[in-house]
Amino acid sequence: MTTIADELTIERRGHAGSASRRRTNFVIFLGPAIVLTILFFIVPVIIDIAVSFTDLSRSLHISEFTTEQYAKVFRTDRRLSQVIGLTFIYVFGTLAIFNVTFGLILAITTTAIRNVSGSFFRGVWLLPRMSPSVLYILLWLWAVSPTEAGLVNQVLMQAFGLDAPLDLLTSAPIALIIISNGFIGASMGMIIFTAAIRGIPEHLFHAAAVDGAGTFAKIRFITLPALRWPISFVTIYQTLSLLVSFEYILLLTKGGPFYDTTVYALYVYRRAFESGQYGYGAALALFLIVIGVVVALIGWRFFDMERLLQRPRIEVH
Amino acid sequence: MAKIEFRNVVKRFGAIEVIPEMNLVIEDGEFVALLGPSGCGKSTSLFMLAGIYLPSGGELLFDGHVVNEVEARDRNVGIVFQSYALYPHMSVRDNILFPLRFKKTPRDEAFARVKAAADLVRVAELLERRPSELSGGQQQRVALARALVKEPQLLLLDEPLSNLDASLRLSMRTEIKSLHEQLGVTTVLVTHDQIEATTMADRIICMRAGRIEQVGTPDDLYLRPSSLFVAGFIGSPPINLIAGEAEAGTVTVNGARFPLEGGASGSVTVGLRPEHLRFGETGFAGRIAQIEPMGREILYVVETGMGAVRVLEQGSSAGHSTGEQVMIGFLPENSLVFETARQKLIAGAHVRAPE
Repeated sequence: MTTIADELTIERRGHAGSASRRRTNFVIFLGPAIVLTILFFIVPVIIDIAVSFTDLSRSLHISEFTTEQYAKVFRTDRRLSQVIGLTFIYVFGTLAIFNVTFGLILAITTTAIRNVSGSFFRGVWLLPRMSPSVLYILLWLWAVSPTEAGLVNQVLMQAFGLDAPLDLLTSAPIALIIISNGFIGASMGMIIFTAAIRGIPEHLFHAAAVDGAGTFAKIRFITLPALRWPISFVTIYQTLSLLVSFEYILLLTKGGPFYDTTVYALYVYRRAFESGQYGYGAALALFLIVIGVVVALIGWRFFDMERLLQRPRIEVH
Repeated sequence: MAKIEFRNVVKRFGAIEVIPEMNLVIEDGEFVALLGPSGCGKSTSLFMLAGIYLPSGGELLFDGHVVNEVEARDRNVGIVFQSYALYPHMSVRDNILFPLRFKKTPRDEAFARVKAAADLVRVAELLERRPSELSGGQQQRVALARALVKEPQLLLLDEPLSNLDASLRLSMRTEIKSLHEQLGVTTVLVTHDQIEATTMADRIICMRAGRIEQVGTPDDLYLRPSSLFVAGFIGSPPINLIAGEAEAGTVTVNGARFPLEGGASGSVTVGLRPEHLRFGETGFAGRIAQIEPMGREILYVVETGMGAVRVLEQGSSAGHSTGEQVMIGFLPENSLVFETARQKLIAGAHVRAPE
């Protein structure tokens, strides 16, 4: 008796023909992807590791191979602990307030109202993601401009009678980077949660209504449990993407005032390309990869992703 | 328990009028079936009773009180959906407990009632499981327990048996009926299966395109269908409908003449149920074209001068074979005569088999 696996093997052999044919197919179909992966992922990591063990700097001259860069990362760089602390606030602040919570609120409200209006509001929230980052940040710079011409100041001064314009870039820079990133980040959660909410069978809401559940009880007992997997996914995915992204912060505050909004990824950039400490930047970058892997593994454990990935999320009848 | 009344109830979805006007009274403790083909408005009516849909017009009354605007959660109605709609992330216990959460039932009493409901439908040993770990029949029972645990004044069943296999369907039919007898709760069953309706319900409401076609006991609908639609919908295998002309006490069908009892004239349709037709010495002639053994009975398709006629014979009268010439007879009181133009039954009119 042949098993299904055996039959599949036979079938594959039949279609692929000889061994040389299989080799050709391998090169045609997987070749380009493998070349790109090696060129842009594996080679840079190897170069990064190599550079991190040198004293490469602006002169682009390597005088010795050393572990000095790692000593700096773990011992002598006093600023690093502050940077890591800020990164933690930035990543989890953005996640908790915008990417998950606000994304969820957007998804729930835009699916609860009429379809046309719902799509419209989701479209509006997607706009910042679709606009070029430089343009998006230029708008922010105008909005929070410390002069009377800034949008926020105009509103505060004319509508609320504020006397002097606020300088939010100096007084609340961390809040600003969280909000400006969060407005973009929320749309991804919104889209994924919307799709998941649409996937919940309608009769479950009907049943809950007949059983006595009001709007909030329906969200709590029907919607949120069905969103467990998407919420876990968005959390882990966005943690990683927030951890390594810094372009909006670079454009908005340049990491300042001083180092107040320099998150880890931006710190790597500033060390390597502003101070010209390529060797140190390489070591910091490698450490960031390690942090990313650890965070992903913790998230995987915390959300029990393995089990969630195996089990069907919604019963299909 | 409640007495239910539809008074000129209308339901529209946008421009589409699903139920043009519905008038119906369901007595306290009654078991009725809403029967009809897909899209006839039976589920819409049920969802209006549940409060999931609100009527667009008219009045819906529970025990004489208008409930048009009363929300689903305040109606104290239990419902079993076609798909059971069990909450997938909750255990069976939590599923059954769910309606009691919102009634502020004291904890001990709530657990006792869950236990009682689970015992009633025999799922007590499954309380810790998830719905995905249950068979279709078990899910069905849990859904029943969830609907019954809050002691509803009205129990609604939306195609509850359609996802079950044939043998399970038979036993659940009996169980639901005995549950109703035990609890006495007013029950409305929605089904497209005439056997389910006739076996379980005290009264059947046969619907077509949003309108009530006939209301009556299973016997009424079977023996005295008010229209061609009901005659065609009730009974399996379906009734033979033969078009003819009535004139001076005779119905003429393609040359064959059936003596007519009772008054009728013009174009008529004669309805003869396959189980009422018998092979014999007299009647109208035909040739057996096809034989379909159904176990206890045999269905013969007979080519006659008036088209193909289905005849259902007991298995013991086997011995006929394809191509055989036969005569088909019937008792006059089993025949039905409809007015073709209005599709309505002509009361008291019967035909006799040709001599």
